[in-house]
Amino acid sequence: MLKVADVHVYRGRTHVLKGVSLEVGRGDIVALIGANGAGKTTLLRTLSGLLRPRRGAIRFQPRADGPEADLTRLAAEDIVGLGISHCPEGRGVFARLSVRENLLIGAYRRRDRGGIEEDYRRVRAIFPILEERAGQAAGSLSGGEQEMLAIGRALMSRPALLILDEPSLGLGPMVVARLFDVLAEINRQGVTLLLVEQNAVAALNLARRGYVLETGRMVLSGPSRQLLEDPNVQRAYLGGAA
Amino acid sequence: MNLRRPRWIWLALALGGVAAVGLAQAAWDDYLLSIVNFVGIYAILAVSLNLTNGFAGLFSLGHPGFMAIGGYVTAILTLPASRKAMFLALPGWLAGIELPFLPALLAGGAAATLTAFLLGLSVLRLSGHYLAVATMGFLIIVQVLIENWESVTRGPLGLNGLAALTDLWWVYGGLLAAVYVSWKVKFSSFGRSMLAMREDSLAAQCLGVNLFRTRVAALAIGAFFAGVAGGLWAHLVTAITPGTFSLIMAFNIVVMVVVGGTGSITGAVVAAVVFSAATEIFRPLEESFEAYGIAEILMALVLLVILIYRPSGLFGSREPAFLTAGPTHEPGNHPATAKGGQR
Amino acid sequence: MTADYIAQQIVNGLILGSMYALVAIGFSMIYGIVRLINFAHGDIVMIGAFVTLGLLQSLGAPLPVVAVGVLLSGAGMGIAVERAAFRPMRGAPQVTGFIASLAVSIMLQNLGILTLTAQPRNFAFPDYLQALIHVGAVGFRVIDVVIMLSAVLLMGLLLLLVHRTRLGMAMRATAENLDVARLMGIPINRTIRAAFAVGSGLAAIAGLMWGGKFGQIDPLLGYVPGLKSFVAAVIGGGGSIPGAILGGYVLGLAEVLFVGLLPPIYSAFRDAFVFAALILILLALPNGILGKAAEDRA
Repeated sequence: MLKVADVHVYRGRTHVLKGVSLEVGRGDIVALIGANGAGKTTLLRTLSGLLRPRRGAIRFQPRADGPEADLTRLAAEDIVGLGISHCPEGRGVFARLSVRENLLIGAYRRRDRGGIEEDYRRVRAIFPILEERAGQAAGSLSGGEQEMLAIGRALMSRPALLILDEPSLGLGPMVVARLFDVLAEINRQGVTLLLVEQNAVAALNLARRGYVLETGRMVLSGPSRQLLEDPNVQRAYLGGAA
Repeated sequence: MNLRRPRWIWLALALGGVAAVGLAQAAWDDYLLSIVNFVGIYAILAVSLNLTNGFAGLFSLGHPGFMAIGGYVTAILTLPASRKAMFLALPGWLAGIELPFLPALLAGGAAATLTAFLLGLSVLRLSGHYLAVATMGFLIIVQVLIENWESVTRGPLGLNGLAALTDLWWVYGGLLAAVYVSWKVKFSSFGRSMLAMREDSLAAQCLGVNLFRTRVAALAIGAFFAGVAGGLWAHLVTAITPGTFSLIMAFNIVVMVVVGGTGSITGAVVAAVVFSAATEIFRPLEESFEAYGIAEILMALVLLVILIYRPSGLFGSREPAFLTAGPTHEPGNHPATAKGGQR
Repeated sequence: MTADYIAQQIVNGLILGSMYALVAIGFSMIYGIVRLINFAHGDIVMIGAFVTLGLLQSLGAPLPVVAVGVLLSGAGMGIAVERAAFRPMRGAPQVTGFIASLAVSIMLQNLGILTLTAQPRNFAFPDYLQALIHVGAVGFRVIDVVIMLSAVLLMGLLLLLVHRTRLGMAMRATAENLDVARLMGIPINRTIRAAFAVGSGLAAIAGLMWGGKFGQIDPLLGYVPGLKSFVAAVIGGGGSIPGAILGGYVLGLAEVLFVGLLPPIYSAFRDAFVFAALILILLALPNGILGKAAEDRA
């Protein structure tokens, strides 16, 4: 569904992504792990069109029977229209808008009133806390609640591919566990997931395949089970023997 | 700071400069001389603003205010006691003073510097465009004070009949002093901390740069030369009126600094020469076609174009290579303060 | 210093404040969404005033038609300014954008002088608007009432736009976090343009009111409302629309009361007072009265 081929991205004069390639299959859950500063967020922002690669290709095929699009040529707003939804690092909820408005804004590109209503109900069913807090300003929610809001908002565009940037950041283990259960459920309902995480264990346990990014280069890839058992990965990201 | 050329070149240049000024002063007519004098004064203004804005990255629109203070103080000090009594109602000790040009100029510069200290203590905790607006507020406050404090400034009428003391020697001597001080500052450790502050104030603080003191110093030194420029202006026009020290003047000087390159002394001088010469040439054209305002429009356009296509200005932060030594002496290139780096 | 006198001053302050508020709203909208000070905003007021003059004199059009024409011309001008000076500056440091808008302002002023000459022109709204009304001992003209009521009406419509429409939601989101707004699929160029258009339209209407109230216009008239709207917006809290409204009225009242209550020699210091107040507020309450935090985008 998503093919990233030999992408080079520069931030100013710094060469942040040095020939990165990755693939996400339809219906898959793919984890991208790596240390701080490895370039994970830069890669996600490039996928969403906020940054442009100097070299390389990014192709996205939202429907199996449909055409492929070259994301490097599209505006960020059109990439959303194609079916990629991005849940940014640090949640990125609009603190001064209400919970309800945040969710509705997720559906900004859509015009089908009925479908939006339906998805609004669905999101509130997945995250009942959002129903409770619908009228409150999003900035008044706790970290975990904001993450749920961010994911719910991302779902409101009815994406084919959902990109998540460090959803577990700053959240306690129980909240993270619950969150990842929800992500698994979302995937079961047909949404492909690309997950970037520093919490390698949780990410690799959820995902079916994984990639390891180190200072701008993809150094490892494979089924997540394999990565979890790889001694190098264990030493670097999993705190020793699993 | 090493100058690449051997000492005698500078001596020869100095002698040549002195000879040129002497010849020009003797041979050229008044009209041409006044243009060259104005150009020189604008150059002083640009160089002094470059210190505040360019080196330290503080955006000050208040420079004409310092000019005004320096100008009025100088004028009041050089005015003969009889004229002072005619126009103004000064306190006794001031009413009798009559000073020669140099001390009066220095006093004007000092008054401007003092004001800069006071202003700096108040507003230099602000930054970015808030600082810009605060300095604009300062300018307006100075304008209003001058226009209304009639016993000291004679209000909107201003002071006229000042002695025509300004000539090429004073102006270009002043410019030389301004350039010298700027150069010394730029290539000193103090200057490096200013540039560090401009590039990344957080990093500069971590390196131990005292932001506040550096900013106040940058404002004060710039203000001194602006004050001197004001005194020179007053004695060139032989009059001083509040209308001269306007936002438009502030804008014009900013254009010179930005187009020349914020941080480049050479750039400031070159841009000042080009712009002020062009304005003086345009003036008669404007009058003959009754097309007032064209010069300003063009200046604004040039600024916009530069801001869009070459925001660091013509010279950036650098001085031309033939004047300076190698990269180790180039401020702004210090690895600890270079912009960029990991996300 | 009677109660009647004070009441009169308050009424005058409210009328002036209505105009300041309208201009300040536009300024805050623009500041909120692109985080840049639009120095040329005041000159849109000037353009509004001259368009009013032109439409009234040359077409003899009725006032509502003139108002619509002014709104549209202001909006158009705002879009032009955005495209010429602000879009290229996106991502540049704050101060660069400020200088750029200063340059645009000076260009507009000088274009005005070039084409219209610096001579002030007289403005005359139809006579029925100039009629005096008295409520108790407080006097004002019909036009003052019209100004205040239309200002309030426009402010209400604006708040509706910002808080109850899709576009308004997009503007608020973009103002809060531009990158995340892009991730939502919001077309930010169009949204920013819309903010400029609406804000500038309001400023142009303020120009219409200004001309009607003061009776005389010239190409440099934008300078004062421009600066004062900035002060008003800062007083209320940069980027906040309710703050701008509050700031506008506070400034209008403060200015009138300053002149009205202090001995006459101080009147000329009015503008100095306004700016000294500005500096104090910037230092003491950097987020204005309504304290809208976060200068930086997330």
